[in-house]
Amino acid sequence: MTTAPQTAVTAAPARRVRSGAPRSGDRLAGWAFVAPFLVFFIAFLIWPMIHGLYLSFTDVSLTGAGGNLIGFANYSEAFADGDVWRSLGNTAWFTLLSTIPLVVIALVMAVLVEQGLPGQWLWRLSFFMPFLLASTVISQIWVWIFNPQLGIANAVLNVFGLESVAWLQEPETAMIGVVIATVWWTIGFNFLLYLAALQNIPPQQYEAAAIDGAGRFRQFWSITMPQLLPTTFLIVMLQVLASLKLFDQVYQMTGGGPGGATRSILQYVYEVGFTGYRFGYSAAISYVFFAIIIIVSVVQFRFTRRSDS
Amino acid sequence: MSAAAATAPRRVSSRGRGPEKKAGPGRIVAFVILALMAIGWLLPFLWAVNTALKTEQDAASSTSWIPENGFTLESFADVLAVGNVPIWAWNSLLTSVIITAITVAISALAAYAFARIDFGGRKWLYAVVIASIVVPGQVLIIPLYYEMLALRMVDTYWGLILPQVIAPAMVFILKKFFDQVPIELEDAARIDGAGRPRIFWSVVLPLSRPILASVSIFVFIGAWNNFLWPFLIMNDTSLMTLPVGLQTVISAYGIVYSQVMAQAVMAALPLIIVFLIFQRQIIKGVATSGFGGQ
Repeated sequence: MTTAPQTAVTAAPARRVRSGAPRSGDRLAGWAFVAPFLVFFIAFLIWPMIHGLYLSFTDVSLTGAGGNLIGFANYSEAFADGDVWRSLGNTAWFTLLSTIPLVVIALVMAVLVEQGLPGQWLWRLSFFMPFLLASTVISQIWVWIFNPQLGIANAVLNVFGLESVAWLQEPETAMIGVVIATVWWTIGFNFLLYLAALQNIPPQQYEAAAIDGAGRFRQFWSITMPQLLPTTFLIVMLQVLASLKLFDQVYQMTGGGPGGATRSILQYVYEVGFTGYRFGYSAAISYVFFAIIIIVSVVQFRFTRRSDS
Repeated sequence: MSAAAATAPRRVSSRGRGPEKKAGPGRIVAFVILALMAIGWLLPFLWAVNTALKTEQDAASSTSWIPENGFTLESFADVLAVGNVPIWAWNSLLTSVIITAITVAISALAAYAFARIDFGGRKWLYAVVIASIVVPGQVLIIPLYYEMLALRMVDTYWGLILPQVIAPAMVFILKKFFDQVPIELEDAARIDGAGRPRIFWSVVLPLSRPILASVSIFVFIGAWNNFLWPFLIMNDTSLMTLPVGLQTVISAYGIVYSQVMAQAVMAALPLIIVFLIFQRQIIKGVATSGFGGQ
């Protein structure tokens, strides 16, 4: 270790001076501090990852029966399985439908709240509070709201002269219902990220622009929007990854129905493993999904980096 | 009251931002849009409370906000009388507190070592931990369940708790914070003869209270609300957490609308109270980390 370790954002000059002469006790102390985390990290993350990969090449079942190595049979079955493709398609559709409003509406909320209008406490509470609720709670509330006869979703539609909809019971509208519930539930997180980014823009920039005669919209386009770009990339990245992991609310609101119209890929993993008892096949589908997550992460990371420079 | 007071001073500084401060037409339009959105966001929850306060007969017969038979706490009493909700709430509280304590302790120790101690292998080990942030916990359910079967931890508190204490994102957040703690303070303590554990405990930790609070709140909320893993590992009704237990009630009793809403409201209340108390830390936590929940 001749050079100072430069992990990510560190490498403060002050530390470099000190680490030029590492103390003999530090090697031991370092590992001692890391040890408790490392034990859990290996036991409940690294080992399951390796073991899961192994299981995906076997025909093991939940009951422990089987367990023979069967090569790539699970993977070739997954690629030929119509339900895999259908639930992947549903997941992609949900990701698209949910990400757009979760970014755009969050931005609108943050920009409006940042205007300093009266009622700050109420705005934050209303927009962020649902994010803190358990998926069970939000699912129960929204199943009730979307009840075709007794729910307020249809009552609101009727007020505007529109006809009632069967919502979660129709293949065409069930996913829309899940998206609406999800937007309501999780928008507060993106809203707060945008709000923090807006508050980091120095007010002097607006003052200078105002002196130069720039109107409010001009200021928004020339000052606010460009400076929100990195935050927008971060939000889109986190949001796409979160949406791809759809399971809780869809499982509880529709059970994947009607007729599999809202079943996500993670729900299919769950069903194959825990109701179909096929652990090996289920692990293989998980790893296909994992590969997709890694590809999406890498692509987004590359894209974000390029636009930063 | 305290929550409102907590945010008020922060707002004053940025209130005058932008060119106009007077109530021009633009601001009135902005206010109206904001108010409509806030109503839209509050409406689902208000309606759930409204339903919970109705008799079942009213809830199952009309969408009117004002019930024919008046408001009642009957549904809350009925849900509590069934008996499982307090047990589930206790299970949630117990496991969430233990998960939070273990997660914060082991993450802080590791983050400090990554930030400040020069030990062989630190660089690649930290890289592995950071890379593992992308691993979705959901893809590990099969091997983890298998592991828990082998460890005989299915249907136990430890089986629920242990897989949830790994939080690489929290290690990342804490390391970034520890990087900024002035090294001079640690050097001063070292000259006074303090060893690593002592420096960590007496110098670094006291300076880290705000970030530790943010991380703890996030880990706690995540654990309290977690659904998939507790749902898989707990089959015994008396060991279930609140989110998992509530889910079984819907399927078991058919639908008793006012009771389901009473349950939902009761399950939501602790988190709303946590938010009202820790509003500032939560908002700052999201703002500074960007990782938070999810």
